[in-house]
Amino acid sequence: MSWMLPAVVAGPLLAAGLTLLSGRRLWLQRVITLVGVGGVLGAAISLLVAADSGSAQVSQMGGWAAPVGITLVADRFAAIMLTVAAAMLLLVLIYAMAQLKSDALDWWFHSKYLVLTAGISLSFVTGDLFNLFVGFEIMLIASYVLLTAKTGKGEIRATMSYVVINLVASTLFLVIISFVYITTGTMNLADLSVVMADVDPAIRSGLSMLMLVVFGIKAALFPLFMWLPDSYPTAPTPVTAIFAGLLTKVGVFVIIRTQTLLFPHDGPSDLILFVAGATMLVGVLGAIAQNDIKRILSFHIVSQIGYMIMGLGLFSFAGLAAAILYIIHHIIVKTGLFLVGGLVEAEHGTGALDRVGGVLHRRPAFALLFLPFALSLAGMPPFSGFVAKLALVQEGLMLDRGIIVGVSLLVGLLTFFSMTKIWGAVFWGRETEATGDAGFGMVGATVLVVALSLSVAAFAGPLADLAARAAIDILDPSIYAGLVLGVGG
Amino acid sequence: MSLVTLAVVSILFGAGTYLILQRMLSRVVIGLGLLSHGVNLLIILAGSRPGEPPIVGDHHAAAGVVDPLPQAMVLTAIVISFGVTAFLLALALRSYLLTGSDAVEDDIEDRRIGGTDVDKVAEQEETSA
Repeated sequence: MSWMLPAVVAGPLLAAGLTLLSGRRLWLQRVITLVGVGGVLGAAISLLVAADSGSAQVSQMGGWAAPVGITLVADRFAAIMLTVAAAMLLLVLIYAMAQLKSDALDWWFHSKYLVLTAGISLSFVTGDLFNLFVGFEIMLIASYVLLTAKTGKGEIRATMSYVVINLVASTLFLVIISFVYITTGTMNLADLSVVMADVDPAIRSGLSMLMLVVFGIKAALFPLFMWLPDSYPTAPTPVTAIFAGLLTKVGVFVIIRTQTLLFPHDGPSDLILFVAGATMLVGVLGAIAQNDIKRILSFHIVSQIGYMIMGLGLFSFAGLAAAILYIIHHIIVKTGLFLVGGLVEAEHGTGALDRVGGVLHRRPAFALLFLPFALSLAGMPPFSGFVAKLALVQEGLMLDRGIIVGVSLLVGLLTFFSMTKIWGAVFWGRETEATGDAGFGMVGATVLVVALSLSVAAFAGPLADLAARAAIDILDPSIYAGLVLGVGG
Repeated sequence: MSLVTLAVVSILFGAGTYLILQRMLSRVVIGLGLLSHGVNLLIILAGSRPGEPPIVGDHHAAAGVVDPLPQAMVLTAIVISFGVTAFLLALALRSYLLTGSDAVEDDIEDRRIGGTDVDKVAEQEETSA
């Protein structure tokens, strides 16, 4: 079954090649893309089942045993992320197919989407630092093309800064790779976790901070988030939705993986908690000041990243479990919110709050779709955000970190406020003329995302247990090392 | 030997950083190119001491042979930065065709916060163009 690990990366890449070969035969491209992304989802689910039943899959590329060869690993954490990501990729793909139906540029979309899928999968399952860089690059190059393909005069500046900032971050990533290699002489994450324990603490914390900066740029942490709210809203809705749901979360995943595996802390880290609090607060304040659905939601991405990092900063078993639960909830809800925003945009031609109104009267269904996401994002019971936030707050109080708990609750309230701003302007108010019609496929895909989000809340118990088991794995680096190197554990 | 390489790395990083902070997109592209050259050299430097080429006939002695891994990594990094630079150049050209200038404009929101009268500036730009 370990063949599935290379397959989740090679499969989409192969499919991307096939879509290019099929030229402008759209139906063929669609079938290939659906099969490709669907295949990743199927493999991800079976990898998750295997990992959770105690037989996590490890694959050594080219038959070279770790730490010499490149290792692909799907432990619980990676398999959870891969499954949620693949589910979202599939749903957004359906939405995109419905939206781009009438679009002449449609033929370029599918291959880039498949390459993006491959890059995201590789970033999750790789067990090698340099290979992680390659995964990031595959993902980012696809994202550059998706983001810039339809930009006009107004947006080229923002997308250009997205590309340049990510390239600088990639260069810094390579600098860290060379520093790590000078220090330890290995790139394998499992091997690094063993070797890193003997490295001089000063050098180790230096490397740890450098990694936090580089992945902080990818994850849009305070104060490195400025590129995100500018560039994300410029892309077509499906692209923005999948970026919002997944790309920054790949950064968060890598931050959690590297900080816990390579630089285990004993207790809560004040620095990370401060970054988390600042990220939450600045993000939500930025969101309140905005006047466009997509821009508001983009600032909320930043704010929500803070919660996940807060779970990491607590560095406790329950804190990490809460962070994992939060990531699962957030990926689904954030993608869903952008999809609903896209529905409104598709019908009214704009997402500006002062130019859209009365959607509730014209399309009560949209309001019904928006509501669970918005309440969930703000952390209202009984939606999924409540479960995840509750776990974080409980653990924060348990560890006596009152300030960050206070900030997180305040930010929840402000999030709720900015959601009411969208609600008041877009769904209530004077009805505005609709210029288009959101198709059945777009609404259908959004309904599926809502269903998924609600089932996260409904199955919060089993999911929290799963997250807890994943957190046990994360907090004990020897489990991961044992898995890859075949010793200890 | 490695001190000279280190000096070259730092010069490349310095020049690259300077160019990235410029307003002209073409300079930014060159700056990124210099940065990636610098980092490639740095990775080679991470292979520590110089030695025999790692692939020599059938002799298996590891001693005296240079570490092949950084070189493999650099090859990958070079290919990636080559592709990305090509893409960036295309994007810079697109930006030039769309805006008619190689310079990156100020963000409109930043100008507003900075207290500049946005409409007036736009008017001035139009008349000067």
